Amino acid sequence: MQGNHEMQVNTEQRDGATIVRPEGDVDLSSSSTLRTSLQEAHESTEGKLIIDLANVKYMDSSGVATLVECLQLSRRSGTTLLLCQLHERVLSVFQIARLDGVFDIVPSLDEALAH
Amino acid sequence: MQRVPELLVEFYSRPGYLAIIRHMIDTLCGRLGFTPAESSQVCLAVDEALCNVIRHGYDSAPDGRIRLAVHEYSEKGRLEILIEDDAKQVDLDTIRSRDLEDVRPGGLGVHLINEIMDDAVYEHRKEGGMRLLMWKRLPRTAEPAKANQEVDAGES
Repeated sequence: MQGNHEMQVNTEQRDGATIVRPEGDVDLSSSSTLRTSLQEAHESTEGKLIIDLANVKYMDSSGVATLVECLQLSRRSGTTLLLCQLHERVLSVFQIARLDGVFDIVPSLDEALAH
Repeated sequence: MQRVPELLVEFYSRPGYLAIIRHMIDTLCGRLGFTPAESSQVCLAVDEALCNVIRHGYDSAPDGRIRLAVHEYSEKGRLEILIEDDAKQVDLDTIRSRDLEDVRPGGLGVHLINEIMDDAVYEHRKEGGMRLLMWKRLPRTAEPAKANQEVDAGES
């Protein structure tokens, strides 16, 4: 549960995809940082946006809402959005919110890149 | 005589404090016998309740006060979490889970609280502000609270 609470977001281009990697807890204090990074990533991505959540051990509903916004933006722009490497606790938030079937969630980054 | 809470903390309505509160709740729940997954969910429920106070009660003003008390009632087999604020009182009928079929950002907090906790009751405080009392059944293996044992022993 205890982790890096100061969130950072790194973005990388690889194999035609934009990979966004938030690191740290995504909560009310940090979700706006993630939102800004995702909006910027949308502007630079050509077809596929991957959000790699390997380094996110906690996410609350403000983080989920940020990802829903990103999903809506992706649908409008025709971009493919994929979530990968979700920790069990983060995945459980999506399950409780019944959003695990709404997002494309894959186990690994390789699978996201190959999708 | 009122029982001493396991945890009693008062803090400002600042999102930066949420991680500290989560850490305290997580540690306490682990000590009470909740699994790491259960502890994480209780943390989420508390976090969501506090976010609602900060965003909707205090309109994100950083100088509001929030009081959090956690009681372990082993005789009732439950963990009770009380959250009080001095913020504006909201219409109790508006505090409800939304239709999850409508996929849109926001409005998930109350749903998460209701799904994770066994019950959650909101009310207006007579002094002003809101009160949320929510509880969750304790694991069967919960150890008695040492702090209260010590208080009880000291008073006998």
